[in-house]
Amino acid sequence: MATADGGAYSYSLTVFSPSGKLVQIEHALAAVAQGTTSLGIKASNGIVIATEKKSSSILIDDSMIEKVAVICPNIGIVYSGMGPDFRILVAKARKSAQAYWKIYGEYPPTRVLTQEIATVMQQATQSGGVRPYGVSLLVAGYDVHRGPSLYQVDPSGSFWAWKASAIGKNMINAKTFLEKRYNDDISLEDAIHTALLTLKEGFEGQMTEKTIEIGVITVPTTDELEVGKIGGETGRPKPTFRKLTEEEVRDYLAL
Amino acid sequence: MSQIWKYVRVTPSGGRVRGVPARSSTTSISLPGTPDHLSSQSTLILRFVMSIMEHNGGSVVAMAGKNCVAIACDLRLGAGAQTIATNFEKIFPVTDRMYLGLAGLASDVVTLREKFRYLTNMFLIKESRPLEPSTFAHLVSSTLYERRFGPYFCEPVLAGLERTPSGSYKPYIVGTDLIGCLNFAKDFIVTGTASDKLFGVAEGLWEPDLEPEDLFETISQTLMNAVDRDAYSGWGAVVHVITPDKVITRTLKGRMD
Repeated sequence: MATADGGAYSYSLTVFSPSGKLVQIEHALAAVAQGTTSLGIKASNGIVIATEKKSSSILIDDSMIEKVAVICPNIGIVYSGMGPDFRILVAKARKSAQAYWKIYGEYPPTRVLTQEIATVMQQATQSGGVRPYGVSLLVAGYDVHRGPSLYQVDPSGSFWAWKASAIGKNMINAKTFLEKRYNDDISLEDAIHTALLTLKEGFEGQMTEKTIEIGVITVPTTDELEVGKIGGETGRPKPTFRKLTEEEVRDYLAL
Repeated sequence: MSQIWKYVRVTPSGGRVRGVPARSSTTSISLPGTPDHLSSQSTLILRFVMSIMEHNGGSVVAMAGKNCVAIACDLRLGAGAQTIATNFEKIFPVTDRMYLGLAGLASDVVTLREKFRYLTNMFLIKESRPLEPSTFAHLVSSTLYERRFGPYFCEPVLAGLERTPSGSYKPYIVGTDLIGCLNFAKDFIVTGTASDKLFGVAEGLWEPDLEPEDLFETISQTLMNAVDRDAYSGWGAVVHVITPDKVITRTLKGRMD
């Protein structure tokens, strides 16, 4: 494989090129690299995931665009790459989380759900008649056993746990920036500011509450955990993942 | 499952009107005031009918104590009134701090034991985290409900210690019916052919906050005295007392008859 277009090995996804590559997966990664930047930072008392929300025209009503998605009360994800592909993965992830709840009476740990999504993405690299998902994901979640954890999933179906990571257009610069800024005992508040500062690097246009989306994991206190299992009046556990409202994002941007 | 004697209508030819197992023993009785049109053509007889849940016999009881739980079962395996074996344990370890008791049809006891062993191992490998009783209880429930319209003839009892977020352990006991309806209890759970007797004795003997040794005595007395009033349970017992750092297992001899 030497040609820029991938040559004869770029059509059938399930065929290795002589150099051992699956070229379609590399093309999928290229699609991700064209997508808007997203990032995640794990703090000592939580996680922040954030993304840039860019629309091609000022006429688009961007309040309806959702790039940070809640999967279940303890897990949220953000993506870079192709929006429609993300929507499919969100639907599958939510379904998988509810299926887990039906069996065990609790929501899946972050690692289990990440593995589940990764399996779906891997299957798209080995099945006939499909193409890989054109997205990379950042999965932020909390569970009692492992605490807060942040994972990245790629179109190939591989996944890693990160302390901080960035995906999409500006990922190289953002990662370098995060490497300089990150330390292990950063607080959630500081992490949110670092996230905004990182996004600011290479941000096209004005950064406002309309063009930024943020989701946070807040680590519950021991007292909250004790009542959490019973779930209070509704029988629902108190969510550990939530999306920040436009007002909250505006307040963070003002600081 | 209290209805063991049933009225069954039989036609003069001997053909059964309502299907009952052919093996069941029959006692004919004369019924005063039977309407003529019935007695001329068919007879009401009292028949010994046994539920599949009672066929093999056996009972399990679990109790919560102070920072400990206990679970005990008898050892009889029968086929109706006949005793086949006297070493049939009905309680199986799930984790270091959780035991599952299965009373009911012996073949289903064995099948479910293997099924839950498989599911537990798969959980531990896939998730590499401890399996807590509350999680396992829901797994038991959903596994049984999967067979809602053709159930396993077993009523499980689960006893374990649940790890709290603060790092201590709290007693956790739960029972289900044969289709997995969870029944949480603070005191005790009974199941099996002696369940009605067990319930009565446990009501009388159990008290809150028993230490492991006292809980052992209470559960042992409860089981022994209940199975003595049940022809389908007995022939000794096995008792497990689960504490945060160890499990005490004792085999008891009862009335061996």
